Amino acid sequence: MTVEPSRAEVCVVACAEAWRGDGAILASPMGLIPALGARLAQLTFAPGLLLTDGEAHLLAPDGAARANGADRVTEGWLPYRSVFTMVAGGLRHVMMGAAQLDRFGNQNISCIGDWARPKAQLLGVRGAPGNTVNHPVSYWVPRHSPRVFVDRVDMVSGIGYDRAAGLGPRAARFHELRVVVTSLAVLDFQTTDHSMRLRSVHPGVTADDVIAATGFPLAVPDVVPDTRLPTAQELALIRGQLDPAGLRDRELP
Amino acid sequence: MSADDVAGELRSGMTVGIGGWGSRRKPMALVRAILRSGLRDLEIVSYGGPDVGLLIAGGHVRRVVCGFVSLDTIALEPHFRRARQQGTVELTELDEGMLHWGLLAAAHRLPFLPIRAGLGSDVPRVNPELRTVRSPYADGEELIAMPALRLDAALIHLNRADAAGNGQYLGPDPYFDDLFCLAAGRAYLSCERIVPTASLQESGPPQSLLVNRAMVTGVVEAPGGAHFTSCVPDYGRDEAFQAHYAAAAADAGDWQRFRAEYLAGGEASYQQAARRFTDSQAGISEPTAAP
Repeated sequence: MTVEPSRAEVCVVACAEAWRGDGAILASPMGLIPALGARLAQLTFAPGLLLTDGEAHLLAPDGAARANGADRVTEGWLPYRSVFTMVAGGLRHVMMGAAQLDRFGNQNISCIGDWARPKAQLLGVRGAPGNTVNHPVSYWVPRHSPRVFVDRVDMVSGIGYDRAAGLGPRAARFHELRVVVTSLAVLDFQTTDHSMRLRSVHPGVTADDVIAATGFPLAVPDVVPDTRLPTAQELALIRGQLDPAGLRDRELP
Repeated sequence: MSADDVAGELRSGMTVGIGGWGSRRKPMALVRAILRSGLRDLEIVSYGGPDVGLLIAGGHVRRVVCGFVSLDTIALEPHFRRARQQGTVELTELDEGMLHWGLLAAAHRLPFLPIRAGLGSDVPRVNPELRTVRSPYADGEELIAMPALRLDAALIHLNRADAAGNGQYLGPDPYFDDLFCLAAGRAYLSCERIVPTASLQESGPPQSLLVNRAMVTGVVEAPGGAHFTSCVPDYGRDEAFQAHYAAAAADAGDWQRFRAEYLAGGEASYQQAARRFTDSQAGISEPTAAP
């Protein structure tokens, strides 16, 4: 295993890091690289995480499944009605996609253009409004570009820090945007006004690359570290167990 | 009763709730019966999938109330996408949890239920009739007052039922089918097989009996009645057919041919045509268990 980590593998680990320290909560990744990240986290530094099969089964960590000689082990039942209760109860951290994302983390997955007659109908708001006022939320953007990172989103689906502040401290007390992982970098909201900040750049990417690909002014610290590389153990898990077919590379441009 | 009998009991302008989720366990035989009817101006409440798309394509829908309309493995329902972009269908766009809460309020005969979801988002902007409510207790918290989604009729599809309307799901998720029935004035249940009441306890544990006869107005036996959506364990989603459907929906000429091939006749003719499609795909795609 001497092959250098690929960009996709760096992204998998950056996504995994989003769930570090979350304990026993439901991790809900949207997209392949976030899904690999969540499973990697569960297999390594975040064994408490709960993961579903995309239907109503909670699956035990892959290691447990193999020890039992089975393809998979169901450790629980989570139909959609129970997912909604976990959401409202705050026992979840989701990593969603975003067609548009603004400086304070307002997210749009609903439609592009005027809502009354959109230029492009997208997914609809789905669970984004409820997710963002109830439990931690992160985002995965596989193509970091000014088309995604915009000044103003067309339909606020998941709410950002400015909208949350407008609700007052009581209604906004469960709002938390953790990180935004992209094809170029990791971003967060750890600034005094909760505007988006460049947290780390993936190896081979410069801060200027990220600034150029972002459609609003980004907070950039004097020193921007590199996103951490996968460990040898993490690479072995990603390549040998979680995604032996290498589908992860297809999710990046 | 038959699927066409169910369509015959509906009226234009009604609010109709449809069970299942996305492209999973949808009452497609009942939907196909509506496609053969003259019903118009329906308001459809659904965790939407091809049920919503087909009814829009057939010109039966005035308004959709939903959080999404998706085919699961194909993210966006193509007929819904086009109708939205052409402005030919009205939409009440809600958070998925708000839809659940609206059905629960209706089932409990409450005017509304408070929910946090929606606060701060553009959901209230595009639904200006939505109101908030302030907690009368010391916390004083302000929440969305999700209005009851009262339905004139509900349509659901389950694996088994008896003739009286006791219905059983054998897959992993009940979705919200019981709430759809309870929120509705009349509820129609189609199923893969009608069995004697005594057989229900052999096919699954008591908690698999999702709806009881007090919640159901009429029962239709419709083998393959969820096709091309999933109805596990009886059959999975027919992905090849769904891809065929989505491709046809993308082009007006192809859609006319799809309609003529699959939707012009009755349910038996649909099922035969779907089998012909599967046979023509043999060796190309995964075999499906659709009857």
